[in-house]
Amino acid sequence: MYDPTVARLTYRALLGRRRALILGALPILLIMISAAVRTFSGADDQVAADVLGGFALATMVPIIGVIAGTGAIGPEIDDGSVVYLLSKPVKRPTIIFTKLIVAIAVTMVFSAVPTLVAGLILNGNGQQIALAYTVAALVASIAYAALFLLLGTVTRHAVIFGLVYALVWEALFGSLVPGARTLSVQQWALAVAHKVAGGDLVTSDVGLSTAVILLAAVTAGATWYAGQKLRTLKLAGEE
Amino acid sequence: MTTLNIDHVSRWFGNVVAVNDITMTIGPGVTGLLGPNGAGKSTLINMMGGFLAPSTGSVTLDGKPVWRNEQIYRHIGIVPEREAMYDFLTGREFVVANAELHGLGKKAAQKALATVEMEYAQDRKISTYSKGMRQRVKMASALVHDPSLLLLDEPFNGMDPRQRMQLMDLLRRMGDEGRTVLFSSHILEEVEQLAAHIEVIVAGRHAASGDFRRIRRLMTDRPHRYLVRSSDDRALASALIADPSTAGIEVDLAEGALRIQAVDFGRFTALLPQVARDHGIRLLTVSPSDESLESVFSYLVAA
Repeated sequence: MYDPTVARLTYRALLGRRRALILGALPILLIMISAAVRTFSGADDQVAADVLGGFALATMVPIIGVIAGTGAIGPEIDDGSVVYLLSKPVKRPTIIFTKLIVAIAVTMVFSAVPTLVAGLILNGNGQQIALAYTVAALVASIAYAALFLLLGTVTRHAVIFGLVYALVWEALFGSLVPGARTLSVQQWALAVAHKVAGGDLVTSDVGLSTAVILLAAVTAGATWYAGQKLRTLKLAGEE
Repeated sequence: MTTLNIDHVSRWFGNVVAVNDITMTIGPGVTGLLGPNGAGKSTLINMMGGFLAPSTGSVTLDGKPVWRNEQIYRHIGIVPEREAMYDFLTGREFVVANAELHGLGKKAAQKALATVEMEYAQDRKISTYSKGMRQRVKMASALVHDPSLLLLDEPFNGMDPRQRMQLMDLLRRMGDEGRTVLFSSHILEEVEQLAAHIEVIVAGRHAASGDFRRIRRLMTDRPHRYLVRSSDDRALASALIADPSTAGIEVDLAEGALRIQAVDFGRFTALLPQVARDHGIRLLTVSPSDESLESVFSYLVAA
């Protein structure tokens, strides 16, 4: 199910100079904000939860997920170089699964690690807040990577759709329309984080079991469907 | 011996029919797929390579379906027309990756790089390669698993004459080794130099098939049309029509010229200046009016 060559090609494409800069920008911003907050207002659990929940989990993780998830396959399909993967005796679901693993790993490294660092800076993991949001970021990384990888296989405008989902649906609708929160990766991840942190600082609108089921279903479903799409992918540039 | 069978294959995109009921068999040796731009060659090659499902009909390689069959790529090498190819890798890294995806190692990659004579630049990034170098590395990636069928989409596009000759030698060698090699081109001379067998596609249809010389003869023996202006059009017309090489002459008053249809190309081109000199007529314009490849092809479709 996992092909090391596909993984190597995907890593190199994803961590190419320009994309790595974009991937690195938000985590650096998060850590800078956290350092500034800590300096000016001291260690405060509520502030820590606000920064990690409002910026790290609600904004940074989905954006990193969009870049890594769509970037793991979208550009190859766009420019046609995916033909070199498709013209090999390698199962299409293997290609998708491998790219998913790479996208998850990259999303985790660029979102969960800085979340942990930022949490430690903000309040030194008081009330397990840093740990809770790190777990949330890890969990969300999996679902986002799978969702946005699928987007990358079905549309050429994957980045735009991904950003619309991440910013408009999750951030805006999620905060305005209660129902939208049930269908939000962020809320599912928060449900898991709530379990880790306990208390009222980390809360979710979704119960833990529902969240876990939905996370698993979305990840598995998106990955399966992306594999199917790749099996019948029409290469661009045809007459 | 590998044979690619295309059986009553059609492909349409919405209302547009790109490939229309084509049946052909591609056997060992070099075959040229000839047709003007937009004729449906790429669509057909994509179906041959398993990247596009036929709307109707089937494509099989030695009896096995090509579409949705990843294992078929053990026998097929593909050189796509598009340029994109992991530009951030070096040539060697690219070919090694292609070998690994076939379950092969560095040795196979090195052999393929040697075959296309790219070892000298193998450690440079692909982004620094010229068009011809890219084409050769693409070839190496297609040859790495020693395939019995090689599909190349417009492989000579943008190559300089020297690169073109090198690639032609290579493809000829592949054909002589008993591989089935199919390449597409819209340039008659390319196909003429390389392929003994050709398949002609025009407007999505299979226009002609077979030995190149026979098709070439069809092309040269077709009625040629000329537009001729002279100091005395009518005198020239009456002198020319007496010869069997001319099938018809129209005096185009609006253009102030003769429209001549010649049936024997060689004889007519010798006759015209001779007749003019004998009758003291000055030729002002002699221009073939249907020499475009498209008109050659459409003649073939009608033939």
